Amino acid sequence: MTDRKPLYLMSPALAWLTGFMVIPCLLVLALAFFRRGIYGGIEYTFTLENIALVFDPLYARIFLKSAGIAGLAAVLAVILGYAAAYAIAAMPRRRQPMLLFFAVLPFWSNYLVRTYAWIVLLNREGLIAAVAHGLGYDGELPKLLYTESAVVVGLVYNYLPFVILACYAPLSRLNPEMSEASRDLGASGWTTFRRVVLPVTVPGIATGFVFVFVLSIGNFVTPALLGGGQFQMIGNLVYAQFLTANDWPFGAALSMVLIAIMMGLLTLQTFATERASGARRQET
Amino acid sequence: MIRHRHAVRALLGASFACCATALWAEGLVVSNWDGYMAPDAIDSFNAATGNEAELVLHATNEEIMGKLIASKGKGYDVVFVSSPFAEVLHNLGLAEDLDHAKLPNIANLYPQATELAHDKGNAFSVPYAWGTTGLCYRSDLLAEAPDSWMDMLAPSEDVAGKTTMLATDRWLLGAGFLAKGYSVNETDAGKLAEVRDLLIDAKKTLLAYDDTTFYAKLVSGEAELVHAWDGWCNYGIAENAEIKYVIPKEGSDLWVDTMVILKGAEHKDAAYAFVNFMLDPKNHGWAAENILYKVPNKPAMETLSAEFLASFPNMDMSPDALLAFEQLRDVGEAQRAYARTVSEIKAAN
Repeated sequence: MTDRKPLYLMSPALAWLTGFMVIPCLLVLALAFFRRGIYGGIEYTFTLENIALVFDPLYARIFLKSAGIAGLAAVLAVILGYAAAYAIAAMPRRRQPMLLFFAVLPFWSNYLVRTYAWIVLLNREGLIAAVAHGLGYDGELPKLLYTESAVVVGLVYNYLPFVILACYAPLSRLNPEMSEASRDLGASGWTTFRRVVLPVTVPGIATGFVFVFVLSIGNFVTPALLGGGQFQMIGNLVYAQFLTANDWPFGAALSMVLIAIMMGLLTLQTFATERASGARRQET
Repeated sequence: MIRHRHAVRALLGASFACCATALWAEGLVVSNWDGYMAPDAIDSFNAATGNEAELVLHATNEEIMGKLIASKGKGYDVVFVSSPFAEVLHNLGLAEDLDHAKLPNIANLYPQATELAHDKGNAFSVPYAWGTTGLCYRSDLLAEAPDSWMDMLAPSEDVAGKTTMLATDRWLLGAGFLAKGYSVNETDAGKLAEVRDLLIDAKKTLLAYDDTTFYAKLVSGEAELVHAWDGWCNYGIAENAEIKYVIPKEGSDLWVDTMVILKGAEHKDAAYAFVNFMLDPKNHGWAAENILYKVPNKPAMETLSAEFLASFPNMDMSPDALLAFEQLRDVGEAQRAYARTVSEIKAAN
């Protein structure tokens, strides 16, 4: 007889997710196959128009642009986050929990508040400008806020802790004897890192990258606030279809493609992690 | 097992009870923007009439429209929406055909407020506030006062990078339409493309698109010239008297926010009583005094002091001057072209 306990334990969470996430999502996605009514409601005639419209050059360009911004944010977050995680893992064991605590501390405050803090810092009459002028600089500063860089900075800042946590996990489990052995066998520090440490931590990097990418590509708050609404990302486009253009079918079609991209990436990441850990199991 | 079934029944019962109170509210349900009427308006209405009215909030017209279209107008009695949306409610057959005999206070409206293009004779909507869209600026920072939409769309070198524009589809396009001398409800594809190109050029000199904090940017000096609704410019003027409002020479749109009673209202008499209550000069005047929006209520506007009108000159605009401008109307199918044009502008580099 099979043990049914796992099934019982899992069913409340499954029921919750199915009832409150999967079903509502499917209901919204189903709208993609209907027409927008003349006054913004739904007209229940089947159409593939909305899906086709997603691939219109205008919207395809917005998808690519968003992917570019999200990709840049993810790369930067991985570089910064990996370095930080490496440093934390190299600290004495008893100090590590405290450092990790500091890394996730920003999560204790509201996303919007954190984003507004950047506006206070970067705006033309803001803190950075005030400090520069206080130090005697009286020229015009380059435009910091409402730029694409400001959007990237905001995304990296907000999602960095995810990367630190994702990379810290494999780094902290890394057996220090492996690095020692590598050096004893004559490998330089860089070679040791490249051939011993990095391969083992690839799953962490992949997880961190995909997390930042997926969260960034659908983000609409940061581009609206730090980009001054001048950089339309796919999240803003979806938001506009639902809340200003009242074109729910097209908004649903956009979300559908976005979700497909995210699922694809998450699947790839799972495969990468599986392969990495599978390879390790075979070695041992 | 029996115990089990009891528990299930109790749970079901409890959940039905919860839903019941939410779905079949006791009294009148009014939906309005946050802060758009006196905080105690509902309480004083209930005290005066013995009703049990309840206020729910919507953040945007589109939000309440989505709910009303989905529920076919059920669940709400009175909604506050902008005039193009009132028009849509009427076209969908969701708006009550108003019986003026039940609204004696409608006599307080300026005669011009009964001649609005979207609803002549107030057949299905009662105007609550009205005003214009123009330029709000720091008179102490600009070398000369702006007088044209082009002063914002193609600013002089020292103003470039210090302008903001409204991001909402209709007003963003509206600035372009007015600058070109077209109707604010233009739907011709060629003209829409011209306006798109004009607004893409304007984007290059823009600090940001901003619908909610533009007046704060003027106060801080981050922006010097912004696209603004008159009422919101007043919030800047209240903090800094150097901030001024001007309607460009090419004109403005006339925006009107309205009260609409739903045809499917379950508390129709109470709904009429509520709209009538809001038309009382004291209640209606609250909006003028506190949120600095012009209200189309003659006795209410007459109570405003000369000092107040001197501080906020656009509050003193005559109803005839307002009526000279074209109202934003529902454009039906063209809304999709508008949304696409706005996406093209926002996605342009």
